[in-house]
Amino acid sequence: MTKIDTARPLLDIRGLKKNFGAVEILKGVDLSLQPKDVVSIIGSSGSGKTTLLRCVNLLEEFQGGDIILDGETIGYKTVGAKRTRLRDAELSRQRAMTGMVFQSFNLFPHLTAAGNVMLGLRKVKKLGKEEAFAIAEKWLIRVGLGPRLDHYPSQLSGGQQQRVAIARALAMNPKLVLLDEVTSALDPELVQEVLTTIKSIADDGATLLIVTHEMRFAREVSSRIVFMEQGRIAEEGTPSEIFGEGRSQRLNEFLKSSRH
Amino acid sequence: MDAFLAQLWIARWPLFDGFLMTIGISVGAIVFGTILGCIVGIQLVFAPLWLRLPFRAYVDIMRGTPLLVLILAAFYIPAVMGLSLSAAQAGTLALGLFAGAHIGELVRGSLQAIPPGQIEAGRSIGLTFPQILANVLLPQALRTSLPPWINTGVELIKGSSLLSMIGVGELLLKSQEVIGRNFMTIQFYVFAGILYLLVNVTLDLLGKSLERRLGARL
Repeated sequence: MTKIDTARPLLDIRGLKKNFGAVEILKGVDLSLQPKDVVSIIGSSGSGKTTLLRCVNLLEEFQGGDIILDGETIGYKTVGAKRTRLRDAELSRQRAMTGMVFQSFNLFPHLTAAGNVMLGLRKVKKLGKEEAFAIAEKWLIRVGLGPRLDHYPSQLSGGQQQRVAIARALAMNPKLVLLDEVTSALDPELVQEVLTTIKSIADDGATLLIVTHEMRFAREVSSRIVFMEQGRIAEEGTPSEIFGEGRSQRLNEFLKSSRH
Repeated sequence: MDAFLAQLWIARWPLFDGFLMTIGISVGAIVFGTILGCIVGIQLVFAPLWLRLPFRAYVDIMRGTPLLVLILAAFYIPAVMGLSLSAAQAGTLALGLFAGAHIGELVRGSLQAIPPGQIEAGRSIGLTFPQILANVLLPQALRTSLPPWINTGVELIKGSSLLSMIGVGELLLKSQEVIGRNFMTIQFYVFAGILYLLVNVTLDLLGKSLERRLGARL
């Protein structure tokens, strides 16, 4: 009996196509992640990397291809030749399988740090108040915000807000966490605390799909790096392959221009 | 002054009844208007175009018509249609429909001022749209709507005096009846005016303190 690698990818994106009106944003993207993979997507703005992430979290509709998450085709169902978007309740259930952290934090301003983390636990996972609070507390301590449980977002720094957002995503125990330029809106001195938090979560074995402009961070944390250009994956490889010798001219130019 | 106080004492119960009627109708109208306004505001932002149009028409008609005309319409139109509403019911209906349009616009504006990232954040943790509405959008929208909502309440209390025109025994009509007996025109109009003022100032203070309590969080 031959031993074959039957590990099913956790995330399998096949031929993903997306357009806004006449403008093609994604022109057929294939990408797959195994459990515990940490994949960073790099590329210039307008290359489609954020849109790709938003499609995976079903925040965007897409016109072609499939996204298969843990064996389940998400967002659409195809009956015969007809492809239809799933209903809100179905989409919500599928969205809960992935966590997303946004560039602009998007914390709920009327809820405390703990309240932000608890909302999904209470309403989506239907947990009781005590249980939800215990999980929220655990995660906020995990991201270093134990003493800030009762603070409202307006009372927290940008870096602290983003760490609450990370706790909010992870507390839902998602199969996959999507991080969309999570340090781009931060003051330079606050970037490191957020990157350190993400690094430690990656070390704990979370599966991450990251869009980032922080090349050094991408190199450090990723098992694989994807370079996107004009709606396609132009190159893909390990950090040493991508940042080492032998890369394409275009990638070379991008890496040069992204160095400050 | 003594003569006025003596007359006031004689008229205390009718005036008190009128005062209660004013408060009762205003509270009824603001409760009805707030519920209606929330529904209208949500539809104006999130409903598909064909459903948004009738709500838009309702808001524009209510806001573009003098309150007194609305009150007369609410008094006479149901009667023609064979519905029997008391004057107080018709008046409350008119004030409530009027408030619903104004509050609907308030809620619409507040909802539209919420950054789209809030909906996305709610979606990303798996909340359904009704859950996002109830737990993310409305709590924020109602907070920003609070100061103008208090204004609408003040407008309603003042506007309720127009119901005297259709014979609702509220504060103004009762005052006029008292004046009809003792001819102390100025004194009792001023007295009624002071009562309106007191209620509105109280409401305003209440709103301000509520605003301060909630304001720290946003």
